[in-house]
Amino acid sequence: MAQETVSARAAGASSGRVPAIAVTGITKRYPGVVANDDVSLAFHAGEIHVLLGENGAGKSTLIAMLAGMQQPDSGEILLAGRPMRLTSPRVSLDHGIGTVFQHVLLVPSLTVIENLMLGGPWWQRLNKAPALARFAELSGLLGVSIDPDAQIGRLSLGQQQQVEIMRALWRGEQVLILDEPTSMLTPQGVRDLGEVLKRLRDKGVAIVLITHKMQEAYEFGDRISVLRLGRLVGSIEPGRRATMSQHDVTEEVIHLMFGARDKTGGEVDVLLGQHRRRADRNIANQSPRLIVRHLSTVAERGECPIRDVSFELRPGEILGIAGVDGNGQKHLAEVLAGQRPAAEGEIVIGDRNVTVGGVEARRELGLRYITDERLGEGTVGIFSVATNLVLKEIGRPPLWRNGLTLWDKVNQQARDQIRTYDIRTPSERTPIAKLSGGNIQKALLARELTETASIAIFNKPTYGLDLHNIRLARERIRDGAEKGLATIVISTELDELLELSDRIGVMFQGRLAGIVDNAGQAERQIGLLMTGAAQG
Amino acid sequence: MDVLLTQSFLTSLIFGAVTAGIPLLLAGLGEQISEKAGVLNIGIEGMMLFGAYCGFVAAYYTGSFWLGYLFGGLGGMVVAALVALLCIRLGLNQIVIGIALTIGFEGLTALLHYVQFSRTYPRLSPVPTLAIPGLSDIPVLGQALFNHNALVYLAVLLTFFLAWLFRNSFIGLNLESAGNKPAALDAAGVSVLATRSAAVLATGFLAGIGGAYMANVGAGLFVPFMTNGAGFIGIVLAMLARGRPVWVLLGAALFGISLAMTTALQVAGINIPTDVVQMLPFAMVMLVLVIFARHSVLPPALGLPYVRGER
Repeated sequence: MAQETVSARAAGASSGRVPAIAVTGITKRYPGVVANDDVSLAFHAGEIHVLLGENGAGKSTLIAMLAGMQQPDSGEILLAGRPMRLTSPRVSLDHGIGTVFQHVLLVPSLTVIENLMLGGPWWQRLNKAPALARFAELSGLLGVSIDPDAQIGRLSLGQQQQVEIMRALWRGEQVLILDEPTSMLTPQGVRDLGEVLKRLRDKGVAIVLITHKMQEAYEFGDRISVLRLGRLVGSIEPGRRATMSQHDVTEEVIHLMFGARDKTGGEVDVLLGQHRRRADRNIANQSPRLIVRHLSTVAERGECPIRDVSFELRPGEILGIAGVDGNGQKHLAEVLAGQRPAAEGEIVIGDRNVTVGGVEARRELGLRYITDERLGEGTVGIFSVATNLVLKEIGRPPLWRNGLTLWDKVNQQARDQIRTYDIRTPSERTPIAKLSGGNIQKALLARELTETASIAIFNKPTYGLDLHNIRLARERIRDGAEKGLATIVISTELDELLELSDRIGVMFQGRLAGIVDNAGQAERQIGLLMTGAAQG
Repeated sequence: MDVLLTQSFLTSLIFGAVTAGIPLLLAGLGEQISEKAGVLNIGIEGMMLFGAYCGFVAAYYTGSFWLGYLFGGLGGMVVAALVALLCIRLGLNQIVIGIALTIGFEGLTALLHYVQFSRTYPRLSPVPTLAIPGLSDIPVLGQALFNHNALVYLAVLLTFFLAWLFRNSFIGLNLESAGNKPAALDAAGVSVLATRSAAVLATGFLAGIGGAYMANVGAGLFVPFMTNGAGFIGIVLAMLARGRPVWVLLGAALFGISLAMTTALQVAGINIPTDVVQMLPFAMVMLVLVIFARHSVLPPALGLPYVRGER
């Protein structure tokens, strides 16, 4: 009896139609956190249902359970009204529930069609004919054309994602789940994706779209649900959604996401992708702090090298580097930091040519690199917060004397920095890997942005952080520039660059396709440069 | 130096190269299967040695070479099952476990042999050979290449069968995915752990047969530590072959010749110190590594345990 009423509740959520898939009262706990707390949601055929929420709101856990990757601790999943246990990815796929994960899950060394065939009966020969027929069918459904024999590694990220969507629909097209699908795409790629999703919706697919961007939620969503700290805090039904203006939707979502919190804070701006551009400052008459001329690197396996990159950077200026991930940004950051040799060209800091100098030489001239790999390259996970804060001073006075560590001084300094920069850690002796991404980033910034810094290179500084920490990191970058730091921000988030930068350079296939002044028409121009369509 | 060019010398050299190369071929093919699936199988030396011991004991008591191969293969699988349990199920470090298993089974086989045979080394009867009609009559090469134990031909056929399998079957697709992007395989509904376990068991089976061949056919007896690095040469072959079985065959032939050279030169009475001659295969390993290792491409997920949800 109890089960019936629960089912009825989920089904009754929308005008009597039976949802393609629904969760009722679902709860999932991990050690120390409740990732999903009594969440009930229904997803209907022919509807794009957007799930909005900050990092840690429980969106990814929810879809992991729908995809069969995780099992709920309590509550149940209903498929077309019937309770169903999705015990493995295969069970989900067999029921026509396909998932496109945040990171590409295709085998780069295999072809498109081989990737799609993956998961067939292992005792059989590969029979391409029926697979190609299905491929043609789905190509028509999505309205895309891809060469089925192309190697995945050679396709653009947008195309790879289209293949992922096909894979998700391969064994049935009841439910399509997409986890932050736009984070790796160009603006044009996002528009194309929107077309594909609307097409699929009109053919009767139930689409679940997960995002943390308000703009996408508004553009794509027929129904919008907001998760906060593992709970469903509210939904906008399609009927009501149709009568609301963008302003109303935004207001309501902000209210749901932030509740009684201060709505004028930076977090709302981050959510909305609004950028208060920096005031113009007169920096043109200063002599450049960093000059890069015709810089190239050597290609390595799976990496995009840079080719013939030139630019100048003045004190107090923020140069944004935009571009789809994997277009040479990593090489650019590393070659500037001195971690990677330059094959050609030169790097000048002030009036010193440092092309052949390593990390050490550049550090002494005030260059700081804040890596995107916060754990691993940026910090040593098993070392304490205190040790990580002095990682680059090891062996030098005043914290070291005669080869011995003066732990009292190291810990004292760490405690000061933890207080100054509001690093949330149980103690300065806690291994840094136990901290959240935002706090590791704070520790990194505290270590790198010292008095002696004059050039700072940030690689994806807000990647994976929650709204609060994104705002803090951006403020930190802006403050640094106000104090005269010559700054480079490499990011795949265009909004971030538009907010922070004075000028924005665009990387495309290892070249600096152009540098655009961050003013009125910048966004459009950058979008074109990102796809290689225009030369700046 | 004339003796080097006599027919009988060449025939025995090539015959010896085949005999020495077959265990390397089986080990190399086996290791290739594991590496394709993303498992660095350092324990293959232990698999060969245990296979050699089990294979010898089986052949010694039953008198059947085929049962010798079968039990050799099963012996290798026992060691492989430990790898599957410790490295794949429990995610322990593949290099540490591999070295531990190799050392462990070196000791275990030596002990078992001592308990059973004390300090004697009983010999098996001469191995039956299968002369291929027609081909075995070719001068010099005929007797060297086409008058071997039937397993030799099967091993060579296996090379081409694997090459076909890797390209044209779901097994090949699954192995490739498990080594390149295990999360993609998992998302496609295929168990990464099962795929890798099966690959490791196949490795154990092939390596075990290779060991049994080494003991029963190559030497005709079992001596502790007799594999003498053959498994490690198999690892080198698999790494250099970049996933292509035919390259393992070529590599095994090359190392087989250099191994056969050590015996042949001594038999021929060439005046080179035996220490130098015995270095030859290992000098060859280093030379080949220096020349080709820069180009070896390994699966990105090689050696990494798979845990769902981690990247």
